Amino acid sequence: MKIKLFSYNQLDTFVHHLSGLTKLVCFLLLTTTVMLTYDVRIIIGVMVISFVLFKVSKITFKQVKMMMIYVFIFLITNFILTYIFSPQEGVKIYGTYHEVFTIAGPYVVTQEQMLYQFTKFMKYFSVIPLGIIFILTTNPSEFASSLNHIKVNYKACTAISLTLRYFPDVQRDYHTISLAQQARGLDLSKKEKLMTRLKNILMILVPLIFSTLDRIEMISNAMDLRGFGKHKTRTWYSYRKLGRNDYLAMAFCLAVFIGSLLVAVYINHSKFWNPFI
Amino acid sequence: MKKSLFSTKTIVATGLGAALFMVLFMFVKVPSPVPETNIQLAYGVSAFLGCVFGPIAGGLIAFIGHALNDFIAYGSPWWSWIIASGVAGAIGGLAFFKTDVESGEFSTKDMVVFNVMQIIANLVAWVVVAPVLDIVIYSEPVNLVFTQGAVAFVSNSICACVVGTLLLVVYAKTRTKKGSLTKN
Repeated sequence: MKIKLFSYNQLDTFVHHLSGLTKLVCFLLLTTTVMLTYDVRIIIGVMVISFVLFKVSKITFKQVKMMMIYVFIFLITNFILTYIFSPQEGVKIYGTYHEVFTIAGPYVVTQEQMLYQFTKFMKYFSVIPLGIIFILTTNPSEFASSLNHIKVNYKACTAISLTLRYFPDVQRDYHTISLAQQARGLDLSKKEKLMTRLKNILMILVPLIFSTLDRIEMISNAMDLRGFGKHKTRTWYSYRKLGRNDYLAMAFCLAVFIGSLLVAVYINHSKFWNPFI
Repeated sequence: MKKSLFSTKTIVATGLGAALFMVLFMFVKVPSPVPETNIQLAYGVSAFLGCVFGPIAGGLIAFIGHALNDFIAYGSPWWSWIIASGVAGAIGGLAFFKTDVESGEFSTKDMVVFNVMQIIANLVAWVVVAPVLDIVIYSEPVNLVFTQGAVAFVSNSICACVVGTLLLVVYAKTRTKKGSLTKN
């Protein structure tokens, strides 16, 4: 049940050699592009880019299998729920009505709805590889320094790097406590009633939280003693200077982002691409 | 003791709190009847830590914890709900100013303040922020997101209130009370 957080491998690929800052900026630009647009052509374009990058960075399918399964379950439930709750959402958005066939009552399948739901599906699907690439090719300690370089307060960055550093520890504590409590006869499985289960979970929560609070005390004392937070800025050990490829990659992503905005303003006149009129 | 909003301790608490939040978010969830929503005990913990360490810690714990969790579980983050998590943590953390658990006091009045704050925080986050952002950013159908929001509101406020209150009561007992030493 252990999840490897940021199971980062140093490989010799184009993506691995980019600095953490570049990858973060590109990730944010491309995901924002997809988030803002509802034009399936742009989305498929971004998807092609992200799958090419996926191949380039030599990530194997085995590494991401579990994640893919989760995402698919999530996307399919979302797909079905959207249809149940709002079978005519597409008609409302595109303003036209092209019936394909009728299931029952208001549940008519229209071309508009199909386009809307397909676009939405692609929208979530196309950015998954980007996130995976980002977490698998970025050195965790470089992550905090790259956040600091897009002007996030360094104290918040330190908090994030502490999270990444201590997640495995807290996870190990959780498992130890949970096993210890189960050895004492606490049932956490589905066999127990919901209320008893919640109560039993609380029995794990209390020692876990108090051990974490002790740890907070210890770490913050250690940091205070070393003079953390005295100055307004700080330098990062893992910071890398940007190279030519970094600027090229950022310029490319910025171009994609601006391009999609221009398409929305001048060609589509809204964030939706409407082939029906 | 003067209450500081952004001390080293707050930062460390944010970092470790977010790690704790992530662990609970991943491993401790009880499925609720409506799909895509779970009863998340993690919100009880973020409410508790928000009350002890302040609104900035509370907000960042939920925000960082939820965002990193999405990164690992789904590949890319679902920003609207992550922002809503952060908002819930931050507003809930305002109880920090009205209560004083650090010095071992958690009276009935404090309990009421804490619970009212949690309900307001969750109401704003899940019934207003999350659905509105879902509609604006992702163009999700209106009635779907409001139904999901309402379910999240009910389950998360129950978690925040029940788990948060219980933890605060236990925590207050472990602290040394102000003026508990007397000179003989």
